[in-house]
Amino acid sequence: MSIVVGARAHWMKNLTLRPALVAGLLIVGFWIVVALTIDVWTVYDPLKIVARKLQAPSLQHWLGTDALGRDVMTRTLYGVRYSLSISFVVVVCSVVIGSLVGALAGFFGGWTDSVLMRLVDVTLAFPPVLLAMAVAASLGPGLQNAAIAVIVVWWPVYARLMRGQVLDVISRDHIEAARAGGASSFRLLTKHILPLSWTPTIISATMDFGQVVLLAASLSFIGLGAQPPAPEWGAMISDGASHFYSWWIAFGPGMAILMLGLGFNFIGDALRDILDPREH
Amino acid sequence: MTQYLFRRLISIPLLLLGVATVAFFLSHFTQADPLSALVSERQMNNPEVVAAAKQRWGLDRSLPEQYLIYIQNLVSGDMGVSFRTRRPVLTDIAERLPATLELVIFAMLFGTISGVALGVLASRFQNRLLDYFARLVALFGSTVPVFWSGLLLLYLFTVKFSWIPGPGRLDPRADPPPFMTGLLTIDSLAAGQFDTFLNALHHLVLPSFVLGWSVTGIIARLVRASMLDALGQDYILAARAKGAGEARTLFRHALPNAMIPTLTIIGYSFAYLITGAVLTEAVFGWPGIGSYAVDSARTLDYPAIIGVSLIGASAFLLANLITDIAYAYANPRIRLE
Repeated sequence: MSIVVGARAHWMKNLTLRPALVAGLLIVGFWIVVALTIDVWTVYDPLKIVARKLQAPSLQHWLGTDALGRDVMTRTLYGVRYSLSISFVVVVCSVVIGSLVGALAGFFGGWTDSVLMRLVDVTLAFPPVLLAMAVAASLGPGLQNAAIAVIVVWWPVYARLMRGQVLDVISRDHIEAARAGGASSFRLLTKHILPLSWTPTIISATMDFGQVVLLAASLSFIGLGAQPPAPEWGAMISDGASHFYSWWIAFGPGMAILMLGLGFNFIGDALRDILDPREH
Repeated sequence: MTQYLFRRLISIPLLLLGVATVAFFLSHFTQADPLSALVSERQMNNPEVVAAAKQRWGLDRSLPEQYLIYIQNLVSGDMGVSFRTRRPVLTDIAERLPATLELVIFAMLFGTISGVALGVLASRFQNRLLDYFARLVALFGSTVPVFWSGLLLLYLFTVKFSWIPGPGRLDPRADPPPFMTGLLTIDSLAAGQFDTFLNALHHLVLPSFVLGWSVTGIIARLVRASMLDALGQDYILAARAKGAGEARTLFRHALPNAMIPTLTIIGYSFAYLITGAVLTEAVFGWPGIGSYAVDSARTLDYPAIIGVSLIGASAFLLANLITDIAYAYANPRIRLE
């Protein structure tokens, strides 16, 4: 954890030296603020018909109206709630499950390692979208099931990462010392190994946020995620695809996915520079 | 090398078995009755059909027995019948495979060429404006949703500018070439139908750009890093000292060495391409496996969607195997081990 504290001391310096980090924080911060406060200042209701249908962007409706006459801008802004909450749940669950599996595999080795890692190999053998689609289709369409499907696809990445990290740390001298001092396995793992193994997971998780937003939106685009009339970005783009000549229906939600993806990427990149200087 | 190859080859059937096991559980834990994944709704009332399906898939037996039967059926190529198309899943997939293959090959070509170009450019102008620009272009590609960029570009280039023909692989009035490989560009050339060839190529431009761009970033990032690595080596200094020009230094001396690690990522980016192809095909009305998967998922056609993920996983494993072998071959340190 000392690395993190060190980084905090250089916080200001890091900010001024890294325009990409500032951009990332601004973008993600903007969307978080929107998600938390939109109810207070929204002009239109995202689910109500507020104008004639399929209107091109205008001063009243910055991103036009959709096939029912709902305001696309309002729906895009509301959509961030789905994207941020689903990606938060997915990333946290995947990190917890994956890290646990990886740590156990790396720490105990032998059979535990073989069995757990073969499970990881098999999951990673599937192209992500296809596995997510198959799981989501099996569970039935819906936002919650889409989240489960993405977790199923995502956890093995962290398992591999954490296993490698634990194997790296476990061979160091202080672990040997703690073991000689009579520390239990549990204590060894939680007090001596895991605190030194988190950094790559944190970096990777930050980078992954954008990708998870993308994958979840893909499932909704296919029709397996959020169901109408929910203003979810993937579902809105799917709407746009069926009204091909009204390009503005899809424009906003796609831009939003792109923005969030870039934002998380900028932050993750900067985190890697700060937390793990060896990489560069 | 032989030992390494042997180990890799042995792992493939085991992984495939694992993949099939996952597929079995998926097909078993569908919300619907597993029977409904085998028999179409209309035939549900036909006791003969239901009994036959039950028997063939062993649904009246215990779970372990069902599992064995499932694996047996898979080995003999039986993935069940799609209840959307009412045809064997494997037949459907085989018919649509060439379209996907053609799209993925062209996308791979575009992604590799643009990725290597951007990576070399970025390394040559490290930490200068051009470097940041190249990295931003690459980053955009891997962040942008293909089902969105595809949609907007299709609108822009077909409706606004009419530069690009609409969706599909060929114009409706074009003359499809006789079937040889199923790849329209190759078949039309072989049959001497030059107009059809151009038309197929024209249809390929936009989807392979959209799909290929998604891997540009992954490739560019690695090319940049390994080019920087190579450019810092002594032999580059030696080449420069001998008076080699900039282009020669970059492309003759540095790039071949930088390409070895890149080879791996090009192979692995295949996974992204399969993934991206699913969504790209859906947007471009491309009659391949991807749009088949999406249509199947939309209609909850379980046998079809599970069949596609099985095939996808196999293709993915195969691609990784080929990549590993190519890498081992290109890198003497592994080859001679």
